[in-house]
Amino acid sequence: MTVVVVGAGPAGLHAALAAANAGADVVVVDGATEVGGQFHRRPAGEAGPPVARRVLDHPRITVLGDTSVWSVQPGRRLHLVSGPADSPGAKMSTVDASALVLATGAHDRVLPFPGWELPGVLTAGAAQTLAKTQRLAPGRRVLVAGTGPFLLPVAAALLDVGADVPAVLDATGPIAVARGWVTHPATLLRGANLVGQLAGHATILARHRVRYRPRTAVVAAHGDSRLTAVTTARLDADWRELPGTRREIAVDALAVGVGFTPRTELAVAAGCRLDGEFVVVTAAQVTSVPGVFAAGEITGIAGARTAAAEGTLAGLAAAAWVGRPISRRRRAAALRRVRHARGHAAALAAAWPVRPGWHGWVTPETVLCRCEEVDHAALAAAVRDRDVTGVRSLKLSCRIGLGRCQGRLCGTNAIELADALRAELGQPPLTDRAALAGRPIATPVRLGDLAALHQPPERSSP
Amino acid sequence: MADLAERAVTVDGATVPVRPGQTVAGVLLGLGRSSWRNTAAGRPRGLFCGIGVCFDCVLTVNGVREVRACLRLAEPGDVIETDEPR
Repeated sequence: MTVVVVGAGPAGLHAALAAANAGADVVVVDGATEVGGQFHRRPAGEAGPPVARRVLDHPRITVLGDTSVWSVQPGRRLHLVSGPADSPGAKMSTVDASALVLATGAHDRVLPFPGWELPGVLTAGAAQTLAKTQRLAPGRRVLVAGTGPFLLPVAAALLDVGADVPAVLDATGPIAVARGWVTHPATLLRGANLVGQLAGHATILARHRVRYRPRTAVVAAHGDSRLTAVTTARLDADWRELPGTRREIAVDALAVGVGFTPRTELAVAAGCRLDGEFVVVTAAQVTSVPGVFAAGEITGIAGARTAAAEGTLAGLAAAAWVGRPISRRRRAAALRRVRHARGHAAALAAAWPVRPGWHGWVTPETVLCRCEEVDHAALAAAVRDRDVTGVRSLKLSCRIGLGRCQGRLCGTNAIELADALRAELGQPPLTDRAALAGRPIATPVRLGDLAALHQPPERSSP
Repeated sequence: MADLAERAVTVDGATVPVRPGQTVAGVLLGLGRSSWRNTAAGRPRGLFCGIGVCFDCVLTVNGVREVRACLRLAEPGDVIETDEPR
């Protein structure tokens, strides 16, 4: 009876530990070589967080690194592919999970604007990972822009590797942040913690004379073969550009992020119900599918501390599912921690929401789908002229979401823009919105490796 | 000198030393390259998402195409090939 945990970030590591400490056998699967997820990315050779050590040393936990789940079948059967990233000759294997904990995390959300596809423009997360693990800045002069508390630690990481960061731009203003935050008073204590962290980053930024500009965004990026400058503008409360406020800044890199998109494709494949973008779970992290549990960013964007608390609960629930006795005291303590943490996701979303004024930054020539290079004019033509009523027909009409990333980067934005166009035309929002969330092959697999699944193993000659 | 060659890769034929933990993207960015792929429309692309979901950064490693540079660790002896800048 094996508990399989997919994802070795804060949620997955704590789930594995909780299940193993309750006596279950646990297998942890993660695509990276080192455990820790995105949150604990660090230079080679540097020790990870204490929970990582405890997981790696635990006698009942097996960690499969460099391993991705490419398919989830009924009965919690997982198909795995192992090996260096995108290397041929990958090792293919299958595991039947008695209980499945999904902790697959999230990736940056970026909004499209003219020039965002230029080399030198990258996500906030990419900039931070580059700084932390490769000890590199993406350019000499790096602007940080978008919205959310993540921008400050990204700027700090860039300063740490010697980049010149002229400014951090946040589209949301401080009053809106405060107003959003106090709508969730139960999390004020957690909020105080966050404020403390941000104050620490703010001190670093002040020391390096990094300007912090609220209610400001990058509305265009310029350059020929790479970024050389951006246009910034001040915004109103809905993120519409205020006339007469455009300024140009010379930079050779731009780190952008407006929050995070949960990676829910495995949950969708397993049949879990979603509410909007997120996996629906009970107070005990149980999904709508028996034996499947979810924790961390896929249940709501709330950061590492909440993810860890949810992971512990999910691990206990998974251990109970496979018949291990769970101490009521331990479960109650875990539930208490999560209750404090859970409002955090709602508070974050209320404090730093994406406002629709960004639609106005987009021109007909702005690329919406980076993979297939589909611009807004093509999306508009599909919506106006080709009787597109659902996400699937939108994909097939203008190719948005058909490329390598399968709509991960463009999907949310394309649907929002299409819905706005349809509203202008007096039509209802697009149907079939889950059409971009389902990805039957969750990670690329080479045909040769798939074919090898059905061949007998090579025999050595006598 | 033999030491350096042992911990090196080639990028479009040029020998480049590598350290443990360096990704192929890290090697390219360290050389000052901001792009190494051309899209179907001939536009340059390099690193974007950094975690393997955008597929902008793919290039050829040891003759195998479509390798994500942001995820792939650079191993000594790797032969890395990029698109010609257009």
